[in-house]
Amino acid sequence: MEALYSNLAIFVLSLLVGVEVIGKIPSTLHTPMMSGSNAIHGVVIAGAVATASVANSPLGYVLTFIAAALAAANVFGGYVVTDRMLQMFTRHAPAPAVTAPAAPVAANSKDPS
Amino acid sequence: MTLFAFVIGVIYLAAATLFVVGLHLMRLPSTARRGNLISAGGMVIAVAATIVFSLINSGGSWIGWLALVLGAAGGAAFGIIRARTVKMTDIPQLVSIFNAVGGGAAAAVAFADFVLHTSGARLDLTSSIPIVLDVVIGSVTFSGSLIAAGKLQGIISGSPITFPGARIVNVVAIGVALAAGVFAIVIGDNILFLVVVLVASLLFGVLMVLPIGGADAPVIVSLLNAFTGLAVAMAGFAINNQALIIAGALVGAAGTILTLQMAKAMNRSVLAIVLGGFGTGDSTSSAPADAQDLADVHELTADDVAVQLAYAQHVMIVPGYGLAAAQAQHEVAELAKLLMAHGIDVKYAIHPVAGRMPGQMNVLLAEANVPYEQMLQLDAANVAFDNCDVALVVGANDVYNPDARKPGNPVSGMPILDVDHAKSVVILKRSMRPGYSGISNPLFTDPKTGMFFADAKKGLADITAAVKEYVPA
Repeated sequence: MEALYSNLAIFVLSLLVGVEVIGKIPSTLHTPMMSGSNAIHGVVIAGAVATASVANSPLGYVLTFIAAALAAANVFGGYVVTDRMLQMFTRHAPAPAVTAPAAPVAANSKDPS
Repeated sequence: MTLFAFVIGVIYLAAATLFVVGLHLMRLPSTARRGNLISAGGMVIAVAATIVFSLINSGGSWIGWLALVLGAAGGAAFGIIRARTVKMTDIPQLVSIFNAVGGGAAAAVAFADFVLHTSGARLDLTSSIPIVLDVVIGSVTFSGSLIAAGKLQGIISGSPITFPGARIVNVVAIGVALAAGVFAIVIGDNILFLVVVLVASLLFGVLMVLPIGGADAPVIVSLLNAFTGLAVAMAGFAINNQALIIAGALVGAAGTILTLQMAKAMNRSVLAIVLGGFGTGDSTSSAPADAQDLADVHELTADDVAVQLAYAQHVMIVPGYGLAAAQAQHEVAELAKLLMAHGIDVKYAIHPVAGRMPGQMNVLLAEANVPYEQMLQLDAANVAFDNCDVALVVGANDVYNPDARKPGNPVSGMPILDVDHAKSVVILKRSMRPGYSGISNPLFTDPKTGMFFADAKKGLADITAAVKEYVPA
């Protein structure tokens, strides 16, 4: 029961942290963010590892294989595709030559980079 | 707790911290990539710690480890190849497939844990309840996500698929799953009940997603993302692994928040989408009304559009699903570049749910090298529309429907882009067909609007060619 209680506490607090962190992300980055959180649930591969270490029957081996294959596709694919998307967001030069419309502040503000 | 288990626990906490820091850095385009790498670093140490712990603590047989290595190698190869070759327009499908495999893996882990205990000691409730929940959520996610991916890819019809009595079959499927789940928990060592749970849940996943319209599929993908997170957290409860619990809960919360935000931006409730509400299949039934509308439509040629653009000072481009479907992101960027080279100010107005996934337009435009600063989100864009000479809408329908400001229609109350505030409007779409809300947009027949009927890719290329005639290169 003690283990269950501490696991439940971890679960609930993590949910709250998730709400807090995700609520701040602008809609611009929602696709990479969804893909990035998608990669994080690939941590289930750690579950596949734990399963492998205790499997002791043919059914156990088959389930280990299935869990490992699915989880590996999730974790590797998830991180690679997220990185591919985000690399597109960061490769540009800081600011375009054309100034913003009707923005008098733009004239006297220095480029921070 | 042994010292060794304590050290492993601390490593899990470090991994969890990296996940949170990584997600936090994803809120800015400039730090997002680093955030993803930091999150990947957390993943590496979590998995490495688990391998060390499992090897030393339980050892296991070489067959189990071989199954793990073979499976992981195959899965990794599939994942990496798909991730590197997928077209940016197909990202929503891929995310859906990764949801499916994540949910499937979580269900398999829980199932294996149950199998392990059927031979020896009875499972106690603190394990068996999460196992059953995991198998239910994981299986629903697995089959449901595959169907959603099929709808997004166009393999399965995007229109809602229903048959007489579908709801009853649905209720029966979930009822059987839950009843068998209760038996599996109470009896504790009979694998047959868990198999019934698995099959019924897989069936329920299929039946849940089939009746959902293609345009709503992104909300479902996001919802299933949350489900996968919960399934992984349940797997963590089942095998008492805190890394799984923390990461699963984070993703569960992330998916839930995104689902609610998307539903809000589409002016729908999540419940209505899951139950199959309005707009599902209406788009064909309202087609006859278009004939009358056509009389009021001011139709343009590529040349007309080019003249308008070439003599404008401020141009706002409004991309929609039509642009993504036609994969016209490079054409639109080329047109914008040409106009900017001519001294015209060009910005993009991006609605939160434009496309098939929130933020999808930003990814596509980023792929076409459009600087992040030119993409305006809803509020910034609506300020800029007041000062805009030409608003060029490409393949969008509902996200700027002025009727949203009036009560009593399907889009009432939906946050919209104020395209009608621009001095003139050009709408590039293939036909007068309404969007998935099923209603026509009064802006189509507004005197200041010109319609240019074409495929987004071809139409934009034609406009670019015509602009070149008016603008010395």
